[in-house]
Amino acid sequence: MDLAYTEEEREFRARLREWLGGVLPGLPPKPRPDDWPGRRAYDTAWQRMLHDAGYAGLHWPVDAGGRGATPTQHLIFLEETEKAGAPYVGANFVGLLHAGPTIAAEGTAEQRARWLPPVLRGDEIWCQGFSEPDAGSDLAALRTRAVRDGDHYVVSGSKIWTSHAEVADWCELLVRTDPAAPKHRGITWLAMEMDAPGVTVRPLRTLAGSTEFAEMFLDEVRVPLSHRVGAENDGWRVTMVTLSFERGTAFVGEVVACRRTLDELAAEARRSGRWDDPVLRRRLGRLNAEFRALWRLTQWNVSEAQRAGGGGVPGTGGSVFKLRYSHARQELYEAAAEVLGADSADLDREWVLDRLSSLSYTIAAGTSQIQRNIVAERMLGLPKGR
Amino acid sequence: MDFQLSDDQRALRAGVRELLAGRFGRDRMRAALDDGTGVDRALWRELGEAGFFALRLPEAEGGVGLGLPESVLLFEEVGRSLLPGPLIATHLAAGPVKGAAQGGTVVAVLDPGQPVAHLGEADALLVLGPGYGPRASAASVDVTRVRGDATPVRSIDPFTPLWRAGDPEETGERLPGGGRLRDEGALLTAAEQLGSAARTTEMAVQHAGEREQFGSPIGSFQAVKHLCAGMLVRAELARCAVYAAAVTADPVEIAGAKLLADDAAVRNARDCLQVHGGMGFTWEADVHLHLKRAWLRSGQWLTAAAAEEVLAGDLC
Repeated sequence: MDLAYTEEEREFRARLREWLGGVLPGLPPKPRPDDWPGRRAYDTAWQRMLHDAGYAGLHWPVDAGGRGATPTQHLIFLEETEKAGAPYVGANFVGLLHAGPTIAAEGTAEQRARWLPPVLRGDEIWCQGFSEPDAGSDLAALRTRAVRDGDHYVVSGSKIWTSHAEVADWCELLVRTDPAAPKHRGITWLAMEMDAPGVTVRPLRTLAGSTEFAEMFLDEVRVPLSHRVGAENDGWRVTMVTLSFERGTAFVGEVVACRRTLDELAAEARRSGRWDDPVLRRRLGRLNAEFRALWRLTQWNVSEAQRAGGGGVPGTGGSVFKLRYSHARQELYEAAAEVLGADSADLDREWVLDRLSSLSYTIAAGTSQIQRNIVAERMLGLPKGR
Repeated sequence: MDFQLSDDQRALRAGVRELLAGRFGRDRMRAALDDGTGVDRALWRELGEAGFFALRLPEAEGGVGLGLPESVLLFEEVGRSLLPGPLIATHLAAGPVKGAAQGGTVVAVLDPGQPVAHLGEADALLVLGPGYGPRASAASVDVTRVRGDATPVRSIDPFTPLWRAGDPEETGERLPGGGRLRDEGALLTAAEQLGSAARTTEMAVQHAGEREQFGSPIGSFQAVKHLCAGMLVRAELARCAVYAAAVTADPVEIAGAKLLADDAAVRNARDCLQVHGGMGFTWEADVHLHLKRAWLRSGQWLTAAAAEEVLAGDLC
């Protein structure tokens, strides 16, 4: 058990800190949350800066254009960029964390050359077309059809919860190519151009009032066969590569941010006098234990991945983390509401919108109920069933 | 950074598990329960010979020369096995109290205001000073005098006899490094809680996989398997908190580890009981022994209220 960083890891951190200190003051102001073209421009400009400084695709393998960094270096990167207040991965999320790694792992040399460099440079944005109105937790029940027509697939159906659909260039799309096969065996992974004829995007308004994701309607969209990654009907396996990425290190920066928010809540409570309430004080103390432990769990998972020699964190360890983190984040903003008191009804006060958006955490990227199934069946070996 | 067990640490853990399984397996444990034996002095001397108490003493002083992380692995195994006795106090007293390192002297601990565990069997007594963190203190006092003024309590945990003792005048010898005792006691207690939490998870999973109702193992029902998944999550988060606190020895991190491990042990034992259904409410099933011990440990060294205040004080 060693929590100390090596000489090489400390140097990596120091160089990164120095670079961040140099570039962050020169960034333009953040765009408004509802300014989607502005958000895209801001997020991709940041990605370009990372690319030019040699930090793009840090954890991607070298032969995919990445830096081949160790899981620990990736952890340091996520920790330091968050601490410095650097932009979040934002619109680059799907490209860097789902579609890109999938193409890197399963794509042909041609496909990697076509799609990966623009992701790393921030030139192209990807979105994810997985969930459907009738295929949520039961993702493999998806029904969007793809039928071969010459050297194309013709795709019809609808997708939902697609983040960044309005500004994306590409969509990683799961389609059904064999309706007769068992549901996991008739799925194919396609890269679809978002400006192809037949693609209609309709923004969905979240309970926070913003349009963070969209519905997508596909009406006989033509996708070249060459845009298929992996074999036909092997899309489920291809996809599982990306889903484990999502639960691995995707929340590292957020744990750092939550710890900072907790400090800010304590400072605000001290300022307002609510700190004298032992119930509130102890509630914040418990959250301190929670987020400290979540950080240690992250280090544990990353160390495990490092020993295994892989680039990603195992999906099951990620499920344990996600279950606890998503709940803790919601608790954090419930505590924030108590700190704010009457001001917790004011949408313009800090933390109030975060309280609303935290509600998605136990649902998005696999609901807590699905995560518990994964933990119970894959880690504890309990039988599958009802 | 390599926050995983080293090969030596894995070997140590496996060795302790094997030792305890051989000397305090389930049959022996149940027999000890029926006999009402608390401290088995022959077993203690055996543990002493194996380096259990002297683990962290320097090799020059006859110790094993290992650190807090190794002690934590040791007490995690104790927590799994339900081995009774003031093992933590004796381990902590191995340096200053003669005979403790060899397992020949049984050392109990008096934390003013708390019932004293195993006072009747103790040869020496540590007294904890007030407070937590580096300013706390500890002393060693005459056990017979304290025992003379104490009254036995009918303990909720059949393995842990309790005594109500008065506030001793601290006439005894102050211990060097006494300020660390409460922190380390809290950490090692958290390790026992972790071991118990992991064990009750295993017990629940085993039962849920075997017990059939409605024609299926009850572990195939989400209502049951989700309880089990929640148990694993609690135990694994506590594990990371306890192991990290053992590496840093930071009082705030130890407070967090104790808080989460107490929670994991108590709540996992309760969920394990629930998964066992009616059997869980019997004397025959082991789960009540884990729950009762977990309840006691939650009140020892550092309570949830005190831990939360320490953790709150750390926020700026």
